[in-house]
Amino acid sequence: MENLIALLVAAPLLGAAVLLCGGRRLDRVGHWIGTALAAASFVLGLVLFGAMLGYDVEARTMRQHLYTWVPVEGFQGDIAFQLDQLSMTFVLLITGVGTLIHLYSIGYMEHDERRRRFFGYLNLFLAAMLLLVVADNYLLLYFGWEGVGLASYLLIGFWQHKPSAATAAKKAFIVNRVGDIGLSIAIMLMFTTFGTFAFGPVLGAAGDATEGKMTAIGLMLLLAACGKSAQVPLQSWLGDAMEGPTPVSALIHAATMVTAGVYLITRSGAIFNAAPDAQTAVVVVGAVTLLFGAIVGCAKDDIKKALAGSTMSQIGYMILAAGLGPIGYAFAIMHLVTHGFFKAGLFLGAGSVMHGMNDEVDMRKYGGLRKYMPVTFVTFGLGYLAIIGFPGLSGFFSKDKIIEAAFASGGTQGWILGTVTLLGAGITAYYMTRVMILTFFGEKRWQPAPDPDKAASVEPGIEVTPGAVSDHAADASGPHPHESPKSMTIPMIVLAFGSVFAGGFFSIGDRFVNWLEPVTQFEHPHPPISVPVITGMTVVVLLAGVAIAYLQYGRGPVPVVAPRGSLLTRAARRDLLQDDFNHVVLVRGGEHLTRSLVYVDHTLVDGVVNGTAASVGGLSGRLRKLQNGYARSYAVSMFGGTAILIAATLLMRAV
Amino acid sequence: MSASAVHSLWTTVAAPGAEGGFTAPHIEYAQLSPTLVVVGAAVVGVLLEAFVPRKARYYAQLFLSVVAITAAFAAVVALAAGGYGTTKAQIAAEGAIAVDGPALFLQGTILLASLVAVFTFAERRLDPDAHGNRVDSFAAQAASVPGSESEKAAVKAGFTTTEVFPLMLFAVAGMLVFPAANDLLTLFVALEVFSLPLYLLCAVARRKRLMSQEAAVKYFLLGAFSSAFLLFGIALVYGYAGSVSYARIASVVDGTVKQIDPALADTMGNDALLLIGGAMILMGLLFKVGAVPFHMWTPDVYQGAPTPVTGFMAAATKVAAFGAMLRLLYVVLPGLRWDWRPVMWAIAIVTMLGGAIVAITQTDIKRLLAYSSIAHAGFILAGVIATRPEGISSVLFYLLAYSFVTIGAFAVVTLVRDAGGEATHLSKWAGLGRRSPLVAAVFAVFLLAFAGIPLTSGFAGKFAVFKAAAEGGAGALVVVGVISSAIAAFFYIRVIVLMFFSEPKADGPTVAVPSPLTTAAIGVGVAVTLVLGVAPQYFLDLAGQAGVFVR
Repeated sequence: MENLIALLVAAPLLGAAVLLCGGRRLDRVGHWIGTALAAASFVLGLVLFGAMLGYDVEARTMRQHLYTWVPVEGFQGDIAFQLDQLSMTFVLLITGVGTLIHLYSIGYMEHDERRRRFFGYLNLFLAAMLLLVVADNYLLLYFGWEGVGLASYLLIGFWQHKPSAATAAKKAFIVNRVGDIGLSIAIMLMFTTFGTFAFGPVLGAAGDATEGKMTAIGLMLLLAACGKSAQVPLQSWLGDAMEGPTPVSALIHAATMVTAGVYLITRSGAIFNAAPDAQTAVVVVGAVTLLFGAIVGCAKDDIKKALAGSTMSQIGYMILAAGLGPIGYAFAIMHLVTHGFFKAGLFLGAGSVMHGMNDEVDMRKYGGLRKYMPVTFVTFGLGYLAIIGFPGLSGFFSKDKIIEAAFASGGTQGWILGTVTLLGAGITAYYMTRVMILTFFGEKRWQPAPDPDKAASVEPGIEVTPGAVSDHAADASGPHPHESPKSMTIPMIVLAFGSVFAGGFFSIGDRFVNWLEPVTQFEHPHPPISVPVITGMTVVVLLAGVAIAYLQYGRGPVPVVAPRGSLLTRAARRDLLQDDFNHVVLVRGGEHLTRSLVYVDHTLVDGVVNGTAASVGGLSGRLRKLQNGYARSYAVSMFGGTAILIAATLLMRAV
Repeated sequence: MSASAVHSLWTTVAAPGAEGGFTAPHIEYAQLSPTLVVVGAAVVGVLLEAFVPRKARYYAQLFLSVVAITAAFAAVVALAAGGYGTTKAQIAAEGAIAVDGPALFLQGTILLASLVAVFTFAERRLDPDAHGNRVDSFAAQAASVPGSESEKAAVKAGFTTTEVFPLMLFAVAGMLVFPAANDLLTLFVALEVFSLPLYLLCAVARRKRLMSQEAAVKYFLLGAFSSAFLLFGIALVYGYAGSVSYARIASVVDGTVKQIDPALADTMGNDALLLIGGAMILMGLLFKVGAVPFHMWTPDVYQGAPTPVTGFMAAATKVAAFGAMLRLLYVVLPGLRWDWRPVMWAIAIVTMLGGAIVAITQTDIKRLLAYSSIAHAGFILAGVIATRPEGISSVLFYLLAYSFVTIGAFAVVTLVRDAGGEATHLSKWAGLGRRSPLVAAVFAVFLLAFAGIPLTSGFAGKFAVFKAAAEGGAGALVVVGVISSAIAAFFYIRVIVLMFFSEPKADGPTVAVPSPLTTAAIGVGVAVTLVLGVAPQYFLDLAGQAGVFVR
């Protein structure tokens, strides 16, 4: 059974190889090959899952050693896999959601000439992501980590003819570099500390090393997680990453890849448990990001960017929970899975709306779409209810647990974190309700179609892409909202089921917690106020958020052009000035640094170098004159040389 | 008494127990077979010159040389496989020749290099035919005065100097003995055996004959001068030790033998004789490897000699001379280590720096390569000075790597031609990469190997000698070595820049299409360069196993 783990990774990898190397002749069947191999991987995952359930709870970890990449004394780079409950959870999420999104993409990318390549990249992503979660050591994990980064880069910039997409891809790649350096330094530190980077020995011995070293490793891992999971201060790339095709946003930038940071921290739980300072840093990052993302999400008029802010915020919840230690790991992963369902569903819904609206992304130009897209409306609505934590739906169970755990973390910290998470829940309800109302309720604001002020709006104008619905693009009379084809709606329906029922299913009898406990350990949180009170507060805050949004957007007409707004709104529209900050501090600072380095290089270094070169050249010219072509002077040189040789030898003896 | 009536030398010698009784020397023919094969082939080659018709000589000589060198190499491999390099290493031929790891390794290297050099000697397609006859790099008739009627007649008659093949075989034979010589007289004889043919070979260029002859005369004069020093040094050391045998001298030096020969009672044990004599012998060897300040013949001779000869000389002579130097320093004079090491330090430093610095302002590709070979002699000296087993093996490896790069590089030089023969002025090489990317790329590989860029054999070799030197306590030497490498890299890279990033000149040279012979030589050079650069470990191990001298 263990031998199937490699196949799990190999299936999508094969798909990527076939699709990317296969050439044009696969254009007509490429998407089916890609989807079939993703599905094959999912089936393998299910088989492995079934096998795992059959084992004893303590003996569920499966291992497969493929070969040793670098077999050197003291440095063993193994290509080996480890499939435990944590990895299994990810495998099912990745392959399950991944397969659905492959299916969805068949319809969404129908008119794109480069659809085969798109599916190749998607398969490449699946393979890398699966490698990331089934690796049994940090080095191989790093390989997968870089692989998903590559796939993400390729897919964000998939419509590379748009300068904004190309820029966004580069931005994502560069910002991720910063985080990746953190991961590589962490791995190096592990190697110097433990002499290995396999999970077993490193995590087993984590408690034995000094706390300082553990803190250093933990902070570096956190840096890595910040990059991949778009957490403050490396969050700036995620909003721009929405330039990629919507299925990509759903799969990579909402459901799976961006949660790799949560996986990393949870997997390295033993390290963080031994480094309380690093844990505090994790919690702070999570708390800051959950508010940051939520505030950004409130101000965006671009539906995908609003959802991206929401993703950031929800991952902030997960990171926060993971930073709480054993009381939070299981909840972090549970929220990750439920979030994977509803956020993927929401993105697919957004994609479906865009599909019917000529790729318009400005919500102020939507309105009243529930009549035209009933399936999208219902599935999106269920995802909406799930994410705001409506009682009984998935988000309610998973987010509520995190809020409880936050309160339970003890002392002042507990109160602060509890308040922040509660506040976050309220803001979530607000901005999601806003999205819902702007898109599906109210009057339709999408006629007449061409809007002369479009270029002046805050959001950059989105050009019509040749990807989706290019047949509509030629239509000058404006959008004709319509329901999407079956291949798109079916995945949305399936995900909506997950959004509704997954949380409840996981929570009955603490199923999910018990499932993960052997890997992540678990302590029951004991919040200072009783659980029903917390739940009550959550519901109250939630209703407040919904009510404010309704009062603001639901009662009157929504202006098509965004009003100027308050200072905070304007800042939030600019992603809370993250890019301005990066530009001033990093770009300008970097420019100054390089300029001064260049100055030093020109004056000092080049001066020395050129001076040396000139003097060597001059010396060469003078020495060359010794070579005058006369055998007699050559002989003198030899004679003199011999005399010196003899004299020196004798002198050496005398000394 | 009737038997003694027919008294003769034979009976005297044969008479058992007679006064001055004589036992026939015991010669281990099998162990000496590599040298014997080559010497034999050289003698046969002379006979071929005498008896084979002119037209057939070229093919006969080429065939003979290739077969002889291949057979000799096979013999070396057989000996090495038979354990003569390690467990069965011994002194053969009554103490005259050592058969051990370094000797076999260097003989193998010399033979391989010579085989490749034979190919370049035999190249006859580079120049257009003269009067319907194929011509090679050598004068039609070396004895005719340049520019004279007899020269014209010889060219018209289609004469070729096929004597270069037996001459080369004699030189190879001397080189095979040189690193294996186990007494000073054998050393001297071997030196002369390989030097004299080289002087001749330098003189027989087909074009620029006066320059070629001038080079030969200079080489001969200076070579004779250095031989005199060497011989005088041998006499002094004999005076000190009462023997020319390496082993005997070594034991006198380290004081294990105190017996004094009555005839030499005045001189034996006088350290001044030993030091002066040792220095003079060393000088003779340093001349051959082209170390500063005994290097001045190198650029003139390398430039004047026919290019195939230059390549052969630069590669094989260096291997042989460094082999002899290693044996001298490690077997005969290890007891004097503290006397010769500082001096050799100084020589290595001036050699590395001098070669690299003067090379910068060179404008002729052959002179450039000559100075480059001087700098490389310095790098190899750094490994010699290490005075530890790694030093020996690193030098062996370096010599193997260097000889193939050198022959290959000079072979490429023969290809780039204009109306006057080889276009050796650097300005003519501008833009070569645009016109003949393959040739330029191959030459770039060789230059990178000279410069010691990773993934070429030059890097592996340089790394090995510097590592050995550093471990031997010569850290400062390594620093100087790295600095000179950096200086040297400048002019290697400059040539690459010239070839690839300059505009080609309108009247630039053409690249001749060579026969499979030169192609093979260059191909082998590139292959060895890359293999030794990418996967040097096997050969480093081989050199490591071979790095023990027999005493």
